[in-house]
Amino acid sequence: MAVDVAIACIKAVVMLLIALQVMAMGVYFERKVSAIIQDRIGANRASILGFAGQGLINTLVADPLKFLLKEDVRPDGADPFLHTLAPLAAVIPALAAFAVIPFGDVLEIGGRTINLQAASLDVGILYILAMASLGVYGVVLAGWASNNRWSLLGGIRGSAQMISYEIAMGLALIGVVLTYNTFDLQEIARRQGELIWGWLPAWGVIYQPLAFLILFAAGIAESKRIPFDLPESESELVSGFFTEYSGAKHLMFMMSDFVEVVLVAALVTTLFFGGWQVPYLGREGFHFPWGSSIALPSLVVAILQIISLSVKLIFFTWLQIVIRWTLPRFRYDQLMRLGWKGLLPVSLLNVVVSAALVLMREGRA
Amino acid sequence: MGVTPISWYLALSGVLFAIGTVGVLTRRNLIVIFMAIELLLNAVNLSFVALARSLGSMDGQVIVFFVLAVAAAEAAVGLAILLQLYRLRETLNADEVTTLRW
Amino acid sequence: MSVPIFLLLAVLTVASALVIVIHRNPIYSALGLVSTLFLMALLFVGLEAHMVAVLQIIIYAGAIVVLFLFVIMLLNLQVEERETVSRPLIGAAVAGGLALGLLVLLGIGLTPLAPPAPVQPGYGGTQPLAERLFTAYLLPFELTSLLLLVAIVGAVVVGKRQA
Repeated sequence: MAVDVAIACIKAVVMLLIALQVMAMGVYFERKVSAIIQDRIGANRASILGFAGQGLINTLVADPLKFLLKEDVRPDGADPFLHTLAPLAAVIPALAAFAVIPFGDVLEIGGRTINLQAASLDVGILYILAMASLGVYGVVLAGWASNNRWSLLGGIRGSAQMISYEIAMGLALIGVVLTYNTFDLQEIARRQGELIWGWLPAWGVIYQPLAFLILFAAGIAESKRIPFDLPESESELVSGFFTEYSGAKHLMFMMSDFVEVVLVAALVTTLFFGGWQVPYLGREGFHFPWGSSIALPSLVVAILQIISLSVKLIFFTWLQIVIRWTLPRFRYDQLMRLGWKGLLPVSLLNVVVSAALVLMREGRA
Repeated sequence: MGVTPISWYLALSGVLFAIGTVGVLTRRNLIVIFMAIELLLNAVNLSFVALARSLGSMDGQVIVFFVLAVAAAEAAVGLAILLQLYRLRETLNADEVTTLRW
Repeated sequence: MSVPIFLLLAVLTVASALVIVIHRNPIYSALGLVSTLFLMALLFVGLEAHMVAVLQIIIYAGAIVVLFLFVIMLLNLQVEERETVSRPLIGAAVAGGLALGLLVLLGIGLTPLAPPAPVQPGYGGTQPLAERLFTAYLLPFELTSLLLLVAIVGAVVVGKRQA
């Protein structure tokens, strides 16, 4: 009993560490990749004992330190409780959603078979949708609690945007659920290990390419990244709904931004790109389609899977950052039109077509 | 330190229902009255789910599913009505919208 | 669900419900509603109704209360001024509420409930819920979709700004 609790805690800590490390790398990439895209070097002045690490010290040590040591300013008429609650309401659901992302298949250790997923819910995908819908409160409360009508406007726009794109996200997820016939993310990740025609790993993107595109776009819109960042619009509204926040609370909002980037990356990876799957790697080792195989102990397999997940997460985080620094921003009415008149009908079409194909496949089998 | 008996869930549901009733009767702000009504619906949801568990059947949960959908529909239309009322009367105090014609 | 966890959740739920009903500021009432709904979802999980719990968070806590907050913010509702309800009326309402609560508790205490029936492992998940929903409850399901359509159209029409 106590061992079970300990194992659950360790799994939660491992998943949290993966998420936070990739988030930290995301922050660093943001500075460096944007610098490369804009043909400059980026922040590289801060250094410890002469070691500046190409901007690593600046982004990962100096910046957070600066934020944590800044004075916590609260505007005059702002409600203190709501003002403090808003950044928490933004970060906590985003981090909590990582509980259902699997980071490996199983680990067979000491006679136990441990499912490498922090929380094995049978309604995993819906849990992620639930956490996404709870993330709206951070925005809404931040806009309101700032006692600033432009923040309020940014907050209301931001939350309207988030709830609009939640719908497209949910419908894209339905397509995935139809294909794999399960809500559990670990099952979906496992089924992507099967081989089509004997050599092609059955990754989700092959079965649901449209759903991948819709989910990716809706996910970027949910996390209010450019090109969907009108609620924040750095160059125009200072910081939009979190203008009146400074110090640690500002850091929490930025953290929630990057955590959601990693969450979208994790979702896309797990549902469409195999998650922790390494091609041809099973529980006992590699089984290549041309017949040879390499036997590996369970721990090595698990570590390879964690590395595979991390690499894919880093790739999709990098992709979102490149998208951010390449595309201009949507105007608000364009944004809403895209959500309601663009992504929603397309995702409905995807659901209908997927359902028809699944019925045909089952009818033939 | 065993498993909680189902009647405790029903008791909690009853307490929440009573609090919701007091809210509907006592508050004057129409939105808060509406929120108290949502609390009433939720208390009943809890009672349905508890009894579904007690009987081992899923029917109670299906009813809760419907209650959720109906509550969403009701909230949408109700808030639209409140919005319109505010535009016409500049107030959301239940004591000030007592006349049927104005 | 074990007794200490249930008691903790029950106390927190009752406290949040009291916040809804008692607090002056409508935004705090809305936040009380969110926390009540979230705690109820946790209670549902304790009753092994996972699907309904997650649906409750998505629909109720994630959409309906956000709608409430929107309306409160758009109408810029100030903190309620001094309650115009007279003291005796509040006393009567609270007494009535207490009476109702005690009556319910009495009824529950006097009715013996059989111990919970054993349930198969998939209980409360998507499959059993869908199985009931699309067989025995198909008609209400279709009617609910019609109801939602009516509600969408109704909300748009009723909320329109008169030209």
